[in-house]
Amino acid sequence: MSLLSNTLTLLGKELRTEFRSRELLTTTSVFILIVLVLFSFAVTPGTEEARQFAPGLLWLAILFASSLMFQSCFLREQTNDTLSSLRLAVSDPFSIFLAKLIANTLFLLLTELIMLPFFAIFYNIPLWSKLPVLFLVLLVGSLGISIAGTAISAISAQARMRELLLPLLLLPLLTPVLVVSSLVTGNLLDREPIVQWKGIAFLAVFDLVFLTALWLFGEYLLEE
Amino acid sequence: MTPLRVPPTGLRFENIDKRYGGLFALRHVSLAIAPGECVVLAGRNGSGKTTLLRIAAQLVKPTAGKLTFPGADAAPSINGRPGYVAHTTMVYDELTAEENLLLFAKLQNVEAPAARAEELLREVGLIDRRDSLVRTFSRGMRQRIAIARALIHRPSVLLFDEPATGLDPLGISWLAKTLGEVNRSGCTVVMSLHGESEISALATRAVQLDAGSIVADTRSGASLHSILTFGSA
Repeated sequence: MSLLSNTLTLLGKELRTEFRSRELLTTTSVFILIVLVLFSFAVTPGTEEARQFAPGLLWLAILFASSLMFQSCFLREQTNDTLSSLRLAVSDPFSIFLAKLIANTLFLLLTELIMLPFFAIFYNIPLWSKLPVLFLVLLVGSLGISIAGTAISAISAQARMRELLLPLLLLPLLTPVLVVSSLVTGNLLDREPIVQWKGIAFLAVFDLVFLTALWLFGEYLLEE
Repeated sequence: MTPLRVPPTGLRFENIDKRYGGLFALRHVSLAIAPGECVVLAGRNGSGKTTLLRIAAQLVKPTAGKLTFPGADAAPSINGRPGYVAHTTMVYDELTAEENLLLFAKLQNVEAPAARAEELLREVGLIDRRDSLVRTFSRGMRQRIAIARALIHRPSVLLFDEPATGLDPLGISWLAKTLGEVNRSGCTVVMSLHGESEISALATRAVQLDAGSIVADTRSGASLHSILTFGSA
C-alpha cells in the first residue's frame, strides 16, 4: 500500500517539476522531429523504400530522444542531493524507480504522440487504420526503453564519465527491443498489414523481466 | 518546537569500519549516544565526520560493524528514522517551500501533512514565502527549509552536518535557538562542527575524530572547548 502511495506521490512530483520547466518534453520533441525531417530526405515518401526504412528510423529516433531523457533522470537528483532525502523518506526504494519509469514512459508516449502526424506526412504512410495496434506497440516498446533506461540512468548518474556510460550501457541492452519493435511496426505499416502478436508478446515479456529485475536489485543501484 | 510524541532514541555505533577501496574513512568507531543528548562531532576536514553522520542516517552502509537505535523499538517506525540535514538542502529547487514539505510529509505518511507543513513553515519563519520556489531563496532561507524537511516526520534523532556553513551571524543565532528547542523537545541531536559558536554552546558532549578514529570524547566544559577549538585548527 505504501509502495503505491509513495509511487503516486513521487509521480506527481515528477510530472509537476517537468510541466513547470518543460525541459525534457521540449528537448526530446524537437530532437525527434529534427531526426525524422533529416531522415525523410534520404528516402522518397510513399515508396516501398520509405515503408521499409521508416519503422527503423522511427524507433531509432525514439531511442536517441529517450537517451536524452535518461541522461538527466537521476542526474537532477544530485544537484541538491535530493536522492538521499528520497531514500530517507520512502519505505520501499522501488517506488523511486517506479515513479521515474512511469513518468519517463508518459513523457516518451507524449513525444511520440506529437511526432506521429509528422511521421505520417514526411514518409507519406497512412496510419489512421493502424492506430490502435500501433499505440500498443509504442506502449510496450516505450515501456521497455523506459525500464532499462531508468535503471541505467541510476547507474550512470554516479559515474564520472556518465555522458559516455549511459549510451554505452543502454544501446546494447535495448537492441532486442529496437529490433523487435522495428519489425512489428514494419509489418504493421506494410501495404498488407500484419499484426505480429508474437513480437508484441516478446516486448511485454522483456518489460516484465526487466521490471522484476529492477524490483529485486534496484535498491543496490541507489546505494552510495 | 512541538515536543516528541514518542520516547527519545539514542544511537549506538559498534566497531564501525568504512572503507572506500583501500582508504579507511572510519576505523573501529564505537560510540554510544544517549537519548536526548546533544553531541558535537569535531575534527579536521576528512576526519570522517560526514561519513559517520551518513552511516547514522542509513544512507551509507558500513563495511563492518553495527548501528542500532536504542529506544527505537518502542517508537512508531516513522519516528525511528533520523532527520538528516546535509551540506546541500536536499529539497527541490523547482518546487515551492510548501510543495517540498508536503512531498516529504506524504512520503513518510505524516498525519495531516498540510497542517504539519504549515506548522513547520511558521516555526522556521517561511510562512510568507510558502508559495515561492526554493530556487529563489537565499542561503539562510534554504537552510531553514532544509531543517523543516528534516523535522517533518518528528524524528527522535536529528543529524546535522556543519549546520552553520554559509550562514550570517543572525542566521547562526536563529539556528542555535531552533536546534536548542529541537533538543529540549526530546530529540537527540548529533552535529558536525568546526570551531566554537552559539551552536556549539548547545553541546552536552564533544567527540573528536581524526583519520577516521575517535581520539577524544568528553562531557566536561573545558575539554569540550579544547576539542572544538582543535576542530577549527
